[in-house]
Amino acid sequence: MTTAFPTIAREAVSIEIGGMAIALRTQDPSFHRLIENRYTGFVGTSPDSHLKFDIDLREPSESSVDDDLEVKMEHGEWLLKRGDFRASWNPETSRGRIRQSCNPYAIDCVLRIVHSLVLARQGGFLVHAASAIRGGKAFLFSGVSGAGKTTISRLAPPDATLLTDEISYLRREGNRYIACGTPFAGELARVGENCSAPLSAFFLLEKGLQNRIEPVGPSEAIQRLLRNILFFAHDPELVKLVFQSACEFASLVPIRRLVFVPDHRVWDIIR
Amino acid sequence: MAERYIARSKAIAARMVGGEMMVMSAVDSTFFTLNEVASTIWQAADGRTPLAEIVAGKVCQEFDVDPERAQRGANRFVDELSQHGILLVSDQPLIDSSPSPERP
Repeated sequence: MTTAFPTIAREAVSIEIGGMAIALRTQDPSFHRLIENRYTGFVGTSPDSHLKFDIDLREPSESSVDDDLEVKMEHGEWLLKRGDFRASWNPETSRGRIRQSCNPYAIDCVLRIVHSLVLARQGGFLVHAASAIRGGKAFLFSGVSGAGKTTISRLAPPDATLLTDEISYLRREGNRYIACGTPFAGELARVGENCSAPLSAFFLLEKGLQNRIEPVGPSEAIQRLLRNILFFAHDPELVKLVFQSACEFASLVPIRRLVFVPDHRVWDIIR
Repeated sequence: MAERYIARSKAIAARMVGGEMMVMSAVDSTFFTLNEVASTIWQAADGRTPLAEIVAGKVCQEFDVDPERAQRGANRFVDELSQHGILLVSDQPLIDSSPSPERP
């Protein structure tokens, strides 16, 4: 007797982030385990994946992750290239291929790029921000490296659920945004929780001498937001979409400056 | 000095937010926030009206500014934005240019 598994072969791992499942298929059992371990909490159980990637492992090359990243559309396919990987993805067929060495950083980068490309057409985006859910509401804390994303995450009270300390995932649903957990960790080195909640406020982090929340003008809000949105493609049409998304986000979500001292009382003013 | 005609590129995204025009190049993602004077020039950049006429007829009428100073400032503004491909500049009318609409 044979049993048919029509969607994912046995060697595939489905990674679900923001409700979108991406199947990663590898012939290498050790890499399979590496992916499962790295994305613990995000490994999907659904047999249906939105996108499917075959992974070909190769020997590490001289090139490094510091090489320039290139993302471009060519002949109907997205081509993603960095020192440590090359990938292609056809949006029509929802299938792609990744050629990389046996390391988790390349696959992390490919996932971020693919999600950012898909979200760009849906009004959502990935953004450099920590995020957490408290009282059924999600809060984002955005800033460049050193602004305090990991610090604010460490200070989160026990009743807060950490979605990420580094890269937040925002999905648009009508006139609201849903913040979703991601496995993309920063200094905290802790994978976020795989859950979501409606976004209540977006804070621009700034370390100071006391805890306070300040208003931010709309143009500054959009400018700061755009600076922190992850977007990699050299594609004028998508750049325009991301710009429009940032403007609409700023008109729908309160954007404030959170000046804080690194102590747990900062969470008393976050509502 | 030859006339300068200016038109907004189509490879940009722009939106008026809180009284300021925000413009981003869709080619290299450079981002500009235009003040009121710059926004006035931007909105008048129809490819048919010479820059000198925009300065005299719009900028100097709407703002308390010395005409020579306004012209120098306008030239600098146009030079900078044209370097990023955000404004198109020509010594002839840019007849075929139809500036992309801006959403309020």
